[in-house]
Amino acid sequence: MPRPEPGAKLRVALFATCLVDIVRPSIGFAAAKLLEQAGCVVEVPAQTCCGQPAFNSGDRRTTQELALQMIEAFEGYDYVVVPSGSCGGMIAKHYPELFADDPGLSGRAEKLASKTFELVSFLTDILGVMKVEASHKGSCTYHDSCSGLRELGIKSQPRRLLGTVDGLDLVEMKDSEVCCGFGGTFAVKYGPISDQIVSEKCANIEASGAKTLLAGDLGCLLNMAGKLSRMGSEIEVRHVAEVLADMANEPAIGKAGEKTA
Amino acid sequence: MSSRPTSHTFKDNAAKAIQDGGVPRALKNVRQNFIDKRVKAVEALPEFEALRESAKEIKNHTLEHLDLYLERYEQKVKESGGHVHFAVDAAEARAIVLDICRKAGARTVTKGKSMITEEIGLNAHLEANGVVPVETDLGEYIIQLRGEAPSHIIAPAVHLTKDQIEADFRRVHTNLDPKRDLTEKTSLLTEASTMLREKFLVADVGITGANFLIAETGTSVIVTNEGNGDLTQLLPRVHVVVASIEKVVPTLEDTSQILRVLARSATGQEMSVYTTLSTGPRRATDVDGPEEYHVVLLDNGRSAMLGTEFQDMLRCIRCAACMNHCPVYHQIGGHAYGWIYPGPMGSVLTPSLIGVDKAGDLPNASTFCGRCESVCPMKIPLPKMMRHWREREFERNLNPAVARYGLGFWAFFAKKPWLYRLSTRLAAKSMKLLGRNKGSFQSLPGAGAWTQYRDFAVPEGETFQAKWKKRAAK
Repeated sequence: MPRPEPGAKLRVALFATCLVDIVRPSIGFAAAKLLEQAGCVVEVPAQTCCGQPAFNSGDRRTTQELALQMIEAFEGYDYVVVPSGSCGGMIAKHYPELFADDPGLSGRAEKLASKTFELVSFLTDILGVMKVEASHKGSCTYHDSCSGLRELGIKSQPRRLLGTVDGLDLVEMKDSEVCCGFGGTFAVKYGPISDQIVSEKCANIEASGAKTLLAGDLGCLLNMAGKLSRMGSEIEVRHVAEVLADMANEPAIGKAGEKTA
Repeated sequence: MSSRPTSHTFKDNAAKAIQDGGVPRALKNVRQNFIDKRVKAVEALPEFEALRESAKEIKNHTLEHLDLYLERYEQKVKESGGHVHFAVDAAEARAIVLDICRKAGARTVTKGKSMITEEIGLNAHLEANGVVPVETDLGEYIIQLRGEAPSHIIAPAVHLTKDQIEADFRRVHTNLDPKRDLTEKTSLLTEASTMLREKFLVADVGITGANFLIAETGTSVIVTNEGNGDLTQLLPRVHVVVASIEKVVPTLEDTSQILRVLARSATGQEMSVYTTLSTGPRRATDVDGPEEYHVVLLDNGRSAMLGTEFQDMLRCIRCAACMNHCPVYHQIGGHAYGWIYPGPMGSVLTPSLIGVDKAGDLPNASTFCGRCESVCPMKIPLPKMMRHWREREFERNLNPAVARYGLGFWAFFAKKPWLYRLSTRLAAKSMKLLGRNKGSFQSLPGAGAWTQYRDFAVPEGETFQAKWKKRAAK
């Protein structure tokens, strides 16, 4: 997709994702701030869920119904931006295959797919954002969430932008590309296996020595934060957008406390 | 060794493997090894990606014309003096092999490593009929001593530690000096070779699998690292190749293309130590080789995959890269999958071969992390095909009622944005209240499956959409 004309105000629809909507709205506001700073006009159409839980449970009909709802709500914008690799990938990669046999909808699904992006890669790859105005004290480590990494090719983009955050020291954990064991409903359907995977992930996070864990998907973050919390770890867990937008003043995911100035 | 599946008790199998802890520990030592070596081998070959694409195309083309290439292969084998037997299912294949053994008057058969003979449960059948099968691949030899099935398709004994293997050798090889030193890997290997040498010499029939069957020449190809396959097929009077129908490729050139991605993906080697081609029985001018050469071609459900959304699975060349990179396999090992084929490839193939009603958990027990597909040399879309199985299960009401109701309940709200907004606002608020000043829930009504293992973050209290509306109104 070509970069937009310089100076053009882009109308961007923010799809917050259902987890952000319910559990951690501050990620949505961080995403909006980053987009507005980059010159976009951000709107939030009425939204529920992209349909991924149904898709991965084999319920194709419900998935199609929810996808159609998304298409209708979001197709009128220049771009759709999602602070999640897995929900972004759902729309960008899987919507077209959902309607491949439906001539009436396949074109619309393709079109929505082609203008839907995960937040950080949208900033770097489409808007050409090279740096952010933010500061963050201490070391961070970044977990590559699976769909973002393998479906959308998000690997260097968040690291590049994190590299421009004042005071932030990025350290790599071992096996940052290995799944955290979330997998949507997998985490509850196969609890003992998921627990083993996330335990290993958390051991690698701890071993990195980083004070903060960052990633681009709230599902994975809730899983890792939940395990770290259960282990009694001091590590703070945040969505990468919170740090990039200089909005890491809410208590970290799963931590008690008040908003700091 | 059993071909009777326990895939229907996957959850229990997995829980047991985790609780026991031995398998994940044993795997920890080897898995990084597989992963690192593969990366090095791939990085050293700039055209690796192009080769993957070409390997995929070769197999796709072959599968589109499978009948034609099988006929050509059969004809070429016959021309070279060999025999081809088609077997519809496992029982038929077992009967054919036993019949060949009987006609040869066989009492001992040596075996090269073959997943197809595992699939059809050949060893048990031969034993029950008075023929002694001897596995000659080191890993297979070890698990035969233990009466186990392989836990990995190229490293059958990968779930075992060196100490366990030493104990097995001391238990079984009672004619050897009990004070002998078996602490080194090489000493275990030497001991196994010594024990096997006499078997190679007395065997009447040698049975191998095949990595490729070449239609152009009627040749079967095996790749090994121990050389046991060569002794298995050269020394006995009769050589039987047992292979499944999708192993056929059109030409020698195609074979060498796919060979270039096979070992690199499997063990990180450029080539396996031995790549052995067999074409028919010994000719008058040959110095060695079998007098009789048979190929048993097994279908066992594969032709029914043709033309379906599972056809791509038939491209698989059994390199095991998918399981070597699978976070689920790493934690539970191969036996938990309950049949011959573990890991992601098994999670697609097993339901195809034994029925999804008997292996319903396998395609579900994946996080869809996609690492398997990213390393598959044949570019098989494994997560996509697992999802196809989930769709079939959903259509047939095979998934658990709790999951269906949960999904239906959630979908009811998600399909009505206004109701969804109302209910999520209530949910977020009440969870915040319930969480009071805590950051996380240690337990949460209705979310026990989550909080059994990890905490759940207390929501911030208002939904994003509600807050955004307020901001916009300002």
